[in-house]
Amino acid sequence: MSGFEGSIQLVYVLAAALFVFGLHLMNSPATARRGNQVSMTGMVIAGIATLILLIHDGTVTTTGWIVLICGALIGSAIGLYAARTVQMTAIPQLVSAFNSVGGGAAALVAIYGYINSESQAGGVLGSTTVFTLLDVLIGSVTFSGSIIAAGKLQGFIGGQPIIFKGSRLLNVVLAVVAVGTAAFMLTTASLPALFIVVLAALGFGVLMVLPIGGADMPVVISLLNAFTGTAVAMAGFVIGNWALIVAGALVGASGGILTKLMADAMNRSLVNIIVGGFGTGDSAVAVAGAVDAHVRSIAADDAAIQLAYASKVIIVPGYGLAAAQAQHGVGELAKLLEDRGIEVSYAIHPVAGRMPGHMNVLLAEANVPYPLLKEMDEINPEFGRADVALVIGANDVTNPAARRPGNEISGMPILDVDQAKSIIVVKRSMGTGYAGLENELYFDPKTSMYFADAKKAMAELTAAVKTLVA
Amino acid sequence: MSTALVTDLTIFVLALLVGIEVIGKVPATLHTPLMSATNSIHGIVLAGALLIGVTAHTTVGYILAFVAAVFASANVVGGYVVTERMLKMFRRKAPEQNAEALNGHKGLKGILSRAGKARSGDSA
Repeated sequence: MSGFEGSIQLVYVLAAALFVFGLHLMNSPATARRGNQVSMTGMVIAGIATLILLIHDGTVTTTGWIVLICGALIGSAIGLYAARTVQMTAIPQLVSAFNSVGGGAAALVAIYGYINSESQAGGVLGSTTVFTLLDVLIGSVTFSGSIIAAGKLQGFIGGQPIIFKGSRLLNVVLAVVAVGTAAFMLTTASLPALFIVVLAALGFGVLMVLPIGGADMPVVISLLNAFTGTAVAMAGFVIGNWALIVAGALVGASGGILTKLMADAMNRSLVNIIVGGFGTGDSAVAVAGAVDAHVRSIAADDAAIQLAYASKVIIVPGYGLAAAQAQHGVGELAKLLEDRGIEVSYAIHPVAGRMPGHMNVLLAEANVPYPLLKEMDEINPEFGRADVALVIGANDVTNPAARRPGNEISGMPILDVDQAKSIIVVKRSMGTGYAGLENELYFDPKTSMYFADAKKAMAELTAAVKTLVA
Repeated sequence: MSTALVTDLTIFVLALLVGIEVIGKVPATLHTPLMSATNSIHGIVLAGALLIGVTAHTTVGYILAFVAAVFASANVVGGYVVTERMLKMFRRKAPEQNAEALNGHKGLKGILSRAGKARSGDSA
């Protein structure tokens, strides 16, 4: 390592340190924004160091510069446009898309490295071959898998688990081909074999995500995030760049932690989720009518009376709220109640939404102050003191059946909504949730069902409370 | 196994442990911005994409360099911008409806709160 390369490597270490410090600042909402800016500074430093390296090296051709600059400008424009225009409900898709291109870029770095060294004397085989192959494998799986995940979230591809005859067998075959060919390449250099690895890994990525249902998406996105990080770290090994290794490891760790948190919150093992979902996927089809005799249905006025004369209200938002774009309506209703001196807080289950923490972002967008957003462990002891628990578009995560053994959701951590003095559930119909299980909460004598679309319900409730108060 | 490889592996393992330690402390409220932030961090692969340019002197090399540069720069720029957009929405207190009336006499603060509101309005 020459003196010059050594100093560039040190600048990369500085950038990596800034990434770590930036992530550290994200442990509180008060400092998180500064954290993102610190991390961005690290990225700019790493970018400038790379440019200096390219200029110093002097072997980049004019065409090479044009290609790189055009690529970077076009990519930046796309990224900027997507980031500026995306709706907060569509953040999971965007994160998936960024996972996809990140993994794809990492795979391309390795593919290029392989092609380049094959054309030179000395051949391909070296100590980094195993990392090249791992990068190609993981990067390709991430690229195609994330595209499918984004497509499912965006609704281009059905949210339901897609399983066709023999799809699992085909998936196993693809995995064996990809890994087997890669293992073969450890001892024998072969460019065609590399393309077999790429194609098999791309196919595996598609078939891995296709059978996974809508409500398991938080786990899938977290997992693909971890994959992208790992692929980038592997790319770092291939080109011997510490910044890529550290950044990739950080992302891998983050994705891994979130994957575990999400899987735990659904009480399912990762294997179980990857092998294919139970139930039918996204928000169960609304089956109108057939309301059970034990269920008490109420109208907006009655619900408004309960809310307006409560002293403590806990709002339990679920994906149904996001799907109906009702977060602003909820924010407005909560504000109205708070102005009456009612204590309002929000109980957020870890898997409320389509990616980890998604619901918090949606509520923050609706101007809900973050101290009111309570995590499950924090809010559960408070339900006993709540006069009203207002459940909006959440189902399985409130089902007391989870506390008993012997059903699909047994052992899943739930919000103790049934401990509240009274419960109002806003729901379109009696349709079951993702697990395909009847929610016992709805049959509780303390529960009133308010059948309506979440957005419409919020508008009606707000109007009813206003009339009542006036 | 070369010294360089051992060094790289050491860095990788240590970074993984630091990552687990630091990220384990991030509250659930911030998990989406966290994932988005780590998303932009893996955009560092742009450095790798640019370094392809050092040896790329063939059409295949140029195409791979171009696609990798497009992917990685979309990743890094988009990641930071969307994270910033999200984090800007997290507030300790709800913005007052009549903040201008209340803060009007405070001059700069009033202007800032109004500017902040106008900006948050366009992202809604």
